Amino acid sequence: MSGVDFDVVELGDADSVDVGEEVPDFTRPLVNSEYWEDVSLSELTAENPVILVFTTMDGAFPATYMWNTIRDRGWGADNGPAADATVVGLSISTPYEHETLIEERGMDYDLFSDPGNGVAEAFGIANDLDGMEGVSEPRPAIFAIDGDQVVQYAWIASEWPDFPDYEEAEAALADL
Amino acid sequence: MAGTDPSITLYRLQACPFCERVVRRLDELDIEYRSRFVEPEHSKRNVVKRISGKRTVPAIVDHETGVTMSESANIVEYLQGTYGQESPDTQARAEAQ
Repeated sequence: MSGVDFDVVELGDADSVDVGEEVPDFTRPLVNSEYWEDVSLSELTAENPVILVFTTMDGAFPATYMWNTIRDRGWGADNGPAADATVVGLSISTPYEHETLIEERGMDYDLFSDPGNGVAEAFGIANDLDGMEGVSEPRPAIFAIDGDQVVQYAWIASEWPDFPDYEEAEAALADL
Repeated sequence: MAGTDPSITLYRLQACPFCERVVRRLDELDIEYRSRFVEPEHSKRNVVKRISGKRTVPAIVDHETGVTMSESANIVEYLQGTYGQESPDTQARAEAQ
């Protein structure tokens, strides 16, 4: 993060799933613009490579910024970056909040709901929130996962806040 | 999804007693089903309207028989008649095998 004359808070090292490693499978409600149902990551990777975008809870500005940018850059859309991949999100927000986000952002991406934050824990990117006792969420992250559920690209926030280098990510996603 | 889909899809609303009534019967008959949850507002139930012609839940789609149905009383009766132990359908299918 640049443009401020003080040190941005660092998040410290994450003990996360690395490039070349297999990710843990999970099943959670996957929310689209009309309904939600339990879906496994492995069901998605069986069809296409998956770009899994972890964000802050819906309503926090990093989630808004990330989805606005990904939508505007056309990730996963025809002729867009990673056109052959399925782009899905995940946060601790409830399906109801996801429905609102999808509608407000006008986004064509489905979102996993994981209020218990177990997926972020399994991926090694859980982030306990200072000032919100008892609330843990994923640190913002992007994983590109192939059909064998192996990570091909990963970006994980190291500061609070921190945003992906979208061009760098797209260069990596082009090789999926 | 691919290959492992249960034959019944249940459109439901969280904590809706009529939906739970259908779930109970599905469980009693040991029928696998996939739950799809919608939001409470009728205006946000386009998917239910599209499959059943109405905006009410519960609604089921039985991919095995091609039946789509609303109203919990109708649904439990249908499930019992189609998948219940005593149903003629079950006997006919058992005999056919």
